[in-house]
Amino acid sequence: MSADNFNLEESIRSFDGDAIVTEGKQFTEITVHPEKLMALAMFLRDNSEMGFDFPACVSGVDYGNDLGVVYHLRSTKHNRTIVVKTRVSDRQNPVVESVTPIWPGAEYHEREIFDLFGIRFTNHPDLRRLFLDNSDGYPLRKDYSDDVNIVTK
Amino acid sequence: MEEHLKNSVTDGQEEYVLNIGPQHPSTHGVLRLVASLRGEIVTNIEPHIGYIHRGIEKMCESLTYPQIIHLTDRMDYLSAHINNEAVCLNVEKALEIDIPDRIKVIRTIMAELTRIQSHQLFWATFGMDLGGLTCFFYGLRDREKVLDIFEETCGGRMIVSYNCPGGLMHDIHPGFQKRVKEFIEYFRKTLPEYDQLLTGNVIFRERTMGIGKLTLGEAIAHGITGPTARASGFSCDVRKKEPYSAYDRIKFNEVLFTEGDTYHRYLVRMDEMRQSMDIIEQLIDNIPEGPYAVKMKPIIRLPEGEYYQRVETARGELGVYIISDGNKNPYRVKFRSPNFVNLSVLNMLSKGFKIADLIAISGSLDLIIPDIDR
Repeated sequence: MSADNFNLEESIRSFDGDAIVTEGKQFTEITVHPEKLMALAMFLRDNSEMGFDFPACVSGVDYGNDLGVVYHLRSTKHNRTIVVKTRVSDRQNPVVESVTPIWPGAEYHEREIFDLFGIRFTNHPDLRRLFLDNSDGYPLRKDYSDDVNIVTK
Repeated sequence: MEEHLKNSVTDGQEEYVLNIGPQHPSTHGVLRLVASLRGEIVTNIEPHIGYIHRGIEKMCESLTYPQIIHLTDRMDYLSAHINNEAVCLNVEKALEIDIPDRIKVIRTIMAELTRIQSHQLFWATFGMDLGGLTCFFYGLRDREKVLDIFEETCGGRMIVSYNCPGGLMHDIHPGFQKRVKEFIEYFRKTLPEYDQLLTGNVIFRERTMGIGKLTLGEAIAHGITGPTARASGFSCDVRKKEPYSAYDRIKFNEVLFTEGDTYHRYLVRMDEMRQSMDIIEQLIDNIPEGPYAVKMKPIIRLPEGEYYQRVETARGELGVYIISDGNKNPYRVKFRSPNFVNLSVLNMLSKGFKIADLIAISGSLDLIIPDIDR
């Protein structure tokens, strides 16, 4: 899009060569390995060119084989939004590092994702189920089945 | 002193855990707060939510886009129209449909009426939480007039479902403009009563000023939006930052304060009602002619991809994140609801204050529980 945005992509690429940076329909999207998420998150918040200080939205996604976490981050200084995505393929024991120490606003979002997708966030201050206190399974996963409460046509 | 009184748990020496809710008038819904107290001082608040978790995001995955709109009403039921608009805007953006001006203007007028009635109810219940029961009657009296306009226009009073992808369910009725103007004229006269009754009240000011301060840095880091964030000086109004519908063609001020306490969160909402009336006055005589809806295909399929749309509801930024795989049902829908995020600072704000202040602070966050649980 603009020259401004081009710089953004370049500087992310130069920070982490393995990160896949693409220009999405709306925002610049970065796909990063879960192990490198924390380093990238620190860079995105603390680098003055980046300045992504506002955690707008953290969503869990079930991609079929993989489970993913999507972070919508916004810079209040530059008024732009970036999307960071990470994927884990281990459905039995998916683990992603928590970004709550960097963006405290992610705390409830991550608890929600833990509750509904079963992704464990390491270093999370208070990782407990949020909505569903006594339930088995993770309802927002695509392979979740509940013969009693879900009616399939 | 009697031995059992000396060792009483309320003497401030021992921690006392008090359960507020889920059925409690001041939580405005089924929110349960587990409050740890030392005497009267709050040491920790642990919100327990999920009492009305309906799995709206899961339900969306098996519904079509026009059907999803009716679920969004049920999240923040006081911003029902704006929630509908968020999904519609997202679908229209994905399909790259140009929306005629008439629809944009009507949507904006209805959204601002929604904001006014939401803030009226905030004022009513906030006054009631702090012991001024008169506020409740005054607030609901005036809110009825907005709800009457909704009922005439959409058939629904709160759960309006007036938007649909591509426009509106049906056109406004011939008397719409007259009725809205009558309301604005009426409310311009009655809004000063609100200030006389509550804003200047000494007891009210003593109980809210300096209570529950949220700094600008905390607001940004915690992702706080809406009037709660604007009271701390965080300029986050989506209507200004990323104008949608008809907000790019009207003049209004983003209400900002820097104090960030309970009193200023209240003041932001009072001023926003005035701003909303200004917006409506600019638009009500200039509703362009044209169709009230764009003709859409009977089955709406979004092109494969991801779409994010945010709007400013009465409580902050609602984000709708849709992942489409090209089918008539979305693959995944995430609602980033403002109340869910705003609740997360309740513990931080109320630590060190008295239990009565907790009621004031949670009232000033203006929480709507169905929006938290979804």
